[in-house]
Amino acid sequence: MIDGVPPDPMLERRELIQRVAHKTLNRRMLASRAVIGLCGLAFVVALVPLFAILFSLVQKGIHWWGIDFFTKTPLFPSLIDPNAVGGISNAIIGSLVIDGIAALFAIPIGVVTGLFLAESTSPFANALRSTAEIMTGLPSILLGIFAYQMIVVGFHEWGIKLPGIGFAGIAGSFAIGILMIPVIIKASETSLRSVPTPIREAGLALGARNGVVARKIVIPTAMPGLITAVLLALSRAVGETAPILWVIGASTINTWDPGHEMASMPLQIFQSATSPYTSLREETWGIALTLVVVVLVINLGSRLLAAWLQRERR
Amino acid sequence: MVDPSSTMVPMATQVATSLGTGTTGTGVIVDPRSGRIAMRLDNVDVSFNGRTAIRDATFDVPKNHVTALIGPSGSGKTTLLRAVNRLHDLTKGAVVTGRLMLGDTDVYKGGIPATLLRTRVGMVFQRPNPFPTMSIYDNVVSGLRFNGIRKKSVLEEAAESALVGAALWDSVADRMKAHASTLSGGEQQRLCIARALAVEPEVLLMDEPTSSLDPISTRLIEELIGELKDRVTIIIVTHNMQQAARVSDLCAFFLMGDDRAGEQIEVAPTKKLFSQPDDQRTLDYIQGRFG
Amino acid sequence: MATTPLAVPDPLLTEKSRSFSVKSDWAHWSVLYGVSGLFALICAVFLISVIVSSIPAWRHSGLSLIYGKTWSQGTDSFGALPIIAGTLATTVIALIFAIPIGIGSALAIVHLLPNKAKIFASSLVELLAAVPSVVYGLWGLLVLAPWFEQTVQPALGNLTAHHFPFDPPYEGVGILLAGCVLFVMILPMIVALSRDSIAIVPKEQFEGALSVGATKWQVLRKVVLPAARTGIVGAVTLATARALGETVAVALVIGLNPLFPHTLFSTASTLASTIALQFQDATPLQVAALGALAVILMAMTAIVNWIGRRLIRRTAVKAQFVRRRS
Repeated sequence: MIDGVPPDPMLERRELIQRVAHKTLNRRMLASRAVIGLCGLAFVVALVPLFAILFSLVQKGIHWWGIDFFTKTPLFPSLIDPNAVGGISNAIIGSLVIDGIAALFAIPIGVVTGLFLAESTSPFANALRSTAEIMTGLPSILLGIFAYQMIVVGFHEWGIKLPGIGFAGIAGSFAIGILMIPVIIKASETSLRSVPTPIREAGLALGARNGVVARKIVIPTAMPGLITAVLLALSRAVGETAPILWVIGASTINTWDPGHEMASMPLQIFQSATSPYTSLREETWGIALTLVVVVLVINLGSRLLAAWLQRERR
Repeated sequence: MVDPSSTMVPMATQVATSLGTGTTGTGVIVDPRSGRIAMRLDNVDVSFNGRTAIRDATFDVPKNHVTALIGPSGSGKTTLLRAVNRLHDLTKGAVVTGRLMLGDTDVYKGGIPATLLRTRVGMVFQRPNPFPTMSIYDNVVSGLRFNGIRKKSVLEEAAESALVGAALWDSVADRMKAHASTLSGGEQQRLCIARALAVEPEVLLMDEPTSSLDPISTRLIEELIGELKDRVTIIIVTHNMQQAARVSDLCAFFLMGDDRAGEQIEVAPTKKLFSQPDDQRTLDYIQGRFG
Repeated sequence: MATTPLAVPDPLLTEKSRSFSVKSDWAHWSVLYGVSGLFALICAVFLISVIVSSIPAWRHSGLSLIYGKTWSQGTDSFGALPIIAGTLATTVIALIFAIPIGIGSALAIVHLLPNKAKIFASSLVELLAAVPSVVYGLWGLLVLAPWFEQTVQPALGNLTAHHFPFDPPYEGVGILLAGCVLFVMILPMIVALSRDSIAIVPKEQFEGALSVGATKWQVLRKVVLPAARTGIVGAVTLATARALGETVAVALVIGLNPLFPHTLFSTASTLASTIALQFQDATPLQVAALGALAVILMAMTAIVNWIGRRLIRRTAVKAQFVRRRS
């Protein structure tokens, strides 16, 4: 200890820091553990609804599954036979037709536009990209209105009327297709962009024109991503109710004709859920379970398929 | 209260003589209670999920000197460094055995929480990592704020002292509110040094601090290290032999063994290690035969 | 075959050769422009048709469409204020729960769970996102609503002695239930997107903060979350837009009562659900009025997106702001 030497500010600061750090330590560590514990709790809370829904779906829905359920058309409960329910084959076929046709025109438009966005840097492309982004977040009911105007009713104001079909499955396909396109655009642009540039340039350097490069090189390389994109869009489309709410009419027969009124699984759930007949309400669990299983299968299937395709590549 | 060892005659000569020739494998030197040793490692092992990454590290780190951990990549030097400030606490499956003493305190078993330990042992990383959402000032005083210090006067004094120590004060004094990302790479690394210095640690760990910087910034920081050792004890990991020769007083050389675990080969004062090493492997390394 | 230089692809050259090819491979580009143009046309026609279809309603009611307090199809008086209020109320309730629980879950997934559990947890969250909205509505109506009616609402009512905001009648359905169902629906979105932003913060940032003596929560709060802010704001914006526009799930659980909601248990109506349910048997004027609701909904969604983008830009601008004064 040497007297006369002035106190070192750094050492004084060190002592101060250690003192304050010691003093606040317990509080800080407690706070840290508490908040992180809350985060864990939040996670658990976030999972509760999932398990609750799955549980309800299985518990209340599985006993509806059966050959009859999937192959028969619905019956109507009446005062005489309040438990007459029948099956949902009309809804299953309706969903197939509506979503199938929607996919048929949404996929080419979506992928090609995605290719355009991946290859072009023009302001038009940028504007289109933003538009697609906005369209993916659009409330789907608006597309239902659009389909209604264009196909079911036509523009009375402007005197335009597309082939007056009235309520029909094709109107639903129209709405759902437009719903799918922006989703496919976004995902396929990402996949196509992720094709490494050297591969692209190799094609160009060999003298191929852009179109050939695209068709024969870029798209096949991006195929796993494109397939995933399409399947994910499809899984979303299958569950959509709002766009088809009042454009496809209603039907209780199995019909494959898109010009005809149809039923659809999500729509059936919506209508039966508020039915005064208990048996119909209970039946919706069976339909809901079917719908969820279909969506999950498509989702998981797309992932597995993409992974398998990637592996095949090596 | 004055810390006697910091106002004493330069330790270099004392350290050199008391280190003796340094035996192969161990570098145990003087009595830790004499206050001239900042840290002491005794058979320190670090393993991950049962696989040893570095074994039997044993040496003393003299106070207010620069100790370099050198060796080819894979020899476990960084793993050992990160064990000193308990960064491996974050890694599941990491086990540190042996004794690691900071002064009188056992770093792992002495009951000191890691949070407090890290105010006494600071670290500078390989790539500059200033907090991107904070200004220069906020970056420098972040450590103080984390530990509960709020008083503006203390923060400002500490910031100035730390930035002066990191040779950054002149450049940034007039733009302390600017974002850290507006600095160049070399400046960012010095900002990180300032950030570490601001909490007045006893020991500063540097993990290859100049490997991602240009030659001029590298030289600046090497000069800085020479000036900083009066203020803190420095342990530096470097894969650059010439850098170790330039900045360090004591060198510990590590190699990856046959079982892929790093082991300590030799610890000696730098001059000796680079001119007359005891171990043939050390000689091979400094002559550039591998690594 | 024309001679093509087989030089090593120099990026500059490739750029040039690309624009060169634009002129020469017009077949390819005409297809691309054609299809993209078709998509653009569809979007344009869509926007125009929705707006145009609502014109009769605007002519009929003027701006009172927005601030009018009565919505009655029977008397053709169209004031959407209660419906807008219902939309906002349900969305706000959903956000109040979804933001803390969503961000907390994201933090837990990235920083709390062991590595193996992370993938599993993320898959579960994505599972939740894949469930169709109508199924949420079904569950809300047939499972949650009775529970609310018999247990939750009376219990909450007891807390406030049956006064505001938990006053009777206890019907189960209402804005609180709708808010809860919306919360469950937007939660996966917030968790997944926030998780991505939080996971991307480099480990060195985390270690750097720890190394000056911060506790884990201090690091998360002062370093990780601010760095992830852009992504989190984006996630919340998207979630809000989704909540505003959700139709069927809300329609099933809100009670469909176009009156101003005055307590938490009120039944009410939202823009989307009103459009959905009043469309049947609607006269042309009423259809136009529903179109007007659609326009209002689009405007609200656009505003939310715009706010989100402003918030995100503010973070980026702040980072580049200060210049050296010399």
